[in-house]
Amino acid sequence: MSNNTSEEKRINLKRRELLKGLATVPIFGLFLVNLWKKIRRDALKKANLLSDLVQEKSVPTIISGLSDSRHLNIGIIGYGGRGSHLIRGAGFATKGWTDIVSENARNNKLDKQFETFMTQENLNCSLIGVCDLFDVRANQGIDASKNEIRPGGKPKTTAIRYQHYTDLLENQDIDAVIVATPDHWHSRITIDAARAGKHVYCEKGLTRTFDEAIKVYNTVKNTGITFQLGHQNRQVEANYKAKQIIEQGLLGKINLVELATNRNSPWGAWVWGIHPEGNAKTIDWDTFQEPSPNKIPFGEEALKRFFRWRCWFDYGTGLSGDLLSHDFDAINQIMDLGIPKYASSTGGVYYYKDGRDVPDVWNATFEYPDKDLTVLYSATLSSNDPRGNRIMGHDATMQMGGQSGGGSVHGFVVKADPESTQYKERLESGIINQQYPIYTYSPGSKQIDGVTSATSRYFANKGLLYTYREGKRVDPTHLHVKDWLDSIRNNDQPKCNIEVALHEAVACHMATESYFQGRRIEWDPVNKKLI
Amino acid sequence: MNYLDSSIIKNAYQLYGLVTLRVLIGWHFLYEGVSKIINPYWSSAAYLLDSKGPFSGLAETIVSNPTLLSISDYVNMWGLAIVGASLMLGLLCRYTALIGMGFVILYYLFAPPLLGLEYSKPGEGSYIIVNKNLIEACALWVIHSFHSSHVIGLDRFLSNPKSN
Repeated sequence: MSNNTSEEKRINLKRRELLKGLATVPIFGLFLVNLWKKIRRDALKKANLLSDLVQEKSVPTIISGLSDSRHLNIGIIGYGGRGSHLIRGAGFATKGWTDIVSENARNNKLDKQFETFMTQENLNCSLIGVCDLFDVRANQGIDASKNEIRPGGKPKTTAIRYQHYTDLLENQDIDAVIVATPDHWHSRITIDAARAGKHVYCEKGLTRTFDEAIKVYNTVKNTGITFQLGHQNRQVEANYKAKQIIEQGLLGKINLVELATNRNSPWGAWVWGIHPEGNAKTIDWDTFQEPSPNKIPFGEEALKRFFRWRCWFDYGTGLSGDLLSHDFDAINQIMDLGIPKYASSTGGVYYYKDGRDVPDVWNATFEYPDKDLTVLYSATLSSNDPRGNRIMGHDATMQMGGQSGGGSVHGFVVKADPESTQYKERLESGIINQQYPIYTYSPGSKQIDGVTSATSRYFANKGLLYTYREGKRVDPTHLHVKDWLDSIRNNDQPKCNIEVALHEAVACHMATESYFQGRRIEWDPVNKKLI
Repeated sequence: MNYLDSSIIKNAYQLYGLVTLRVLIGWHFLYEGVSKIINPYWSSAAYLLDSKGPFSGLAETIVSNPTLLSISDYVNMWGLAIVGASLMLGLLCRYTALIGMGFVILYYLFAPPLLGLEYSKPGEGSYIIVNKNLIEACALWVIHSFHSSHVIGLDRFLSNPKSN
């Protein structure tokens, strides 16, 4: 009996031992059950959203290797701020620039500018001709052509400086030219270059006037050269993804697109520095102002106009050609809009009363009656409030970071409309929560996901991962120059070819004309005229 | 009995309190880890990039080096999950409580709520100097000091039964 009792006690003790040891295991089980439930719920949510939303997840790849096929000699006409960036895109930077950015990289490990430049693909080209009306910049261009710190190592040749672009075009060794002068020179240089058989990369806006745009279009078509307009947004992945989403009808019927420019600094308003070495000896002022409607003698005013040319209609079209053109081209890329039927615009010089004649607040509307669509463009140079761009559909709105100084969103987010027809059931059943985007695209992250986590929203808003796309940051300007050079080699059409360039140019000129004439401007597509 | 012998738990209330604390912290760690493991897009980069204070330099170094960043991601994902599971099940808790403490202290140091430091990601509470990370670190200190897993938990099978 006593033996039995002690045996029972022993078993009881053992059982108690076991129970105590395993006491928390059921809680672990509870955790696993809940985790399983959560994973299933998320998967269901994802399946419900993504099966419709994303049919194809791949983003455009960078095809490398084409550059090997044929060495190209290029020339630059206009080696200013933009010109030097384009030439960097081709693989040539001044010693001064590489010194500064490599120093920046040493001081700040997160500054990847130098690394981005050095890891660019070697585009197998040489910069052999430089033309700039300002001696300092022309010399910088020469310096860039021979700087050994570049992707691909030591350059093959040193560029020659040409006083006038026509001399540069006479060099038979030059295959292609980059035109990065002020807008009032674009058409003449592009037309002459095309006639000389050179392929052209021209900065935006295409031209200063509507008539010039038509002439450029005709010449490029007739000569058959490879022409690229400088809208590097054509290389931006977010725009491809946005196009895909819209083509899948995920926004429903789109009747309104809002584009915005928001800048609030003298630099953003083109009040750029006047170079201390800029004077009558170092600047060829007469040549500079040759194509402009109004001429002034060289002096203090001329210096201002030389370095801040975007502030005057004599040399450009202000917000229209500089900033609207970017956003218009991006939306044209995403939605294939083409040239609008009507355009009207208003605005004025309301903040920067510094002698400029281009407006600093300017709003334009573009009508596409055949597409049941209005595109609104609103620009201010005296507020930095990041409005971004919005494509507004009956079922959902796509909010994008602006192409030009606007938008806290990098990439885009799509939010369902509470009154959506397409998403009605999902909104009612709670599968789509209105508080959260149904789709988020953050360039640089792998975040292609219908279920938006706090982390991805954080990334989307800050664009932090833009620096870390697959561990490598790529400059769209480099891709755009590469696209052009590859197209020359393949006798192909680049992404911002003359057809889409004409859309941008005509739309912008319609809006500019409306501002001048104070009335609505109509496009006559048959006669290629403005009415 | 030495009153400084911290492994002594005097009564059941203390024991249940400690076990509950351990299991709850374990649950928190385990889910933090698992949620990162199952999210293929998670990265510690965002947290590190927003780092302020004494460890921000180290954070920058980690973020700017893809290998270090990837190590940091894996250590966080699996470290949190393993520590969490261990605390819940009461397995090797003496060590994992210390490791867990190390984790939260690092989170605290990479983003301390000190006066004058502003973070771009809004916190989920209001703190000066003391935040939930610091409190959780201290709670893990307590877990480490009292061996509740030797009484309730798998550690019971690993330790000498007579001592309990």
